[in-house]
Amino acid sequence: MSYFTQNSLLSFLGYPVSLQTFLPLSAPSLHFTMDWQGQKLAEQIMQIMLLVFAVTAFVAGYVLGSFQMMVLVYAGGVTLTGLITIPNWPFFNRHPLNWLDPSEAEKHPKPQVTVSSKKKGFKRHQLVFYYCR
Amino acid sequence: MHSFGYRLNGLLTFAVTILALMCAITSLSDNFNTPSPSAEIKIMNINWFQKQPQGHDEVSLTMNVSADLQSLFTWNTKQVFIFVAAEYETRKNSLNQVSLWDAIIPAKEHAKFWIHTSNKYRFVDQGNNLRGKKFNLTLHWHVMPKTGKMFADKIVLTGYSLPEEYR
Repeated sequence: MSYFTQNSLLSFLGYPVSLQTFLPLSAPSLHFTMDWQGQKLAEQIMQIMLLVFAVTAFVAGYVLGSFQMMVLVYAGGVTLTGLITIPNWPFFNRHPLNWLDPSEAEKHPKPQVTVSSKKKGFKRHQLVFYYCR
Repeated sequence: MHSFGYRLNGLLTFAVTILALMCAITSLSDNFNTPSPSAEIKIMNINWFQKQPQGHDEVSLTMNVSADLQSLFTWNTKQVFIFVAAEYETRKNSLNQVSLWDAIIPAKEHAKFWIHTSNKYRFVDQGNNLRGKKFNLTLHWHVMPKTGKMFADKIVLTGYSLPEEYR
């Protein structure tokens, strides 16, 4: 699903969609509204749910004596896990990071490379050359 | 795990890996099954016993095969393939095996059966050693699983013999 269609779908459904996601070039790299804590939570939920469904499916199949039952329960479990962990639900975004507005970021310019550091780099280069011999 | 595609890929990969593990454990669970099959084969009639133009002996016989193979089926069994083979010894070969009849049993309900049939495949010897020959009839079975290891075993029934003269 492309970034734009997902965002338009989410805004249609009423979820808060950040403006930054429509400006991929100038905005920070986070395109989706799921924060770091949310990603960790999503991964944990996915692993635990899949393992639980696998064990449940095997036990169900073994007890009922039906291979098909095992596969069906597991397939249902995988689908349910996918529905819970893959889309950007709001409960994955409870600790959002507040990125600076682009106009605010320009007021604090990045530090420039000075001449003295260049000299230092030159010296370091000489040192390296010495060790290589 | 930081974009839709990454999470989808991670989920599918992990799900398929776990599925492979489940199939392996399922196959291992088949080892806990101790089967107790039984079978009986009666030769009802020797239809004819000729020497073919090429010089090989051939027999046609009618047999009654009855068996109870229900204990071979587990939850991981797709089907059981069975066949009846005639086994005998000649001067040239210490063991000759000729398959006479086979069948596929698709489900446990069909595993207790009897069948009155002539041999499906020709009982031909390499040569003309069959006159008065004593042979065994062996019922072999292959338990084919839905996933994993296939088990094969057999029952040997002795005491059969062919006529002394051609008919």
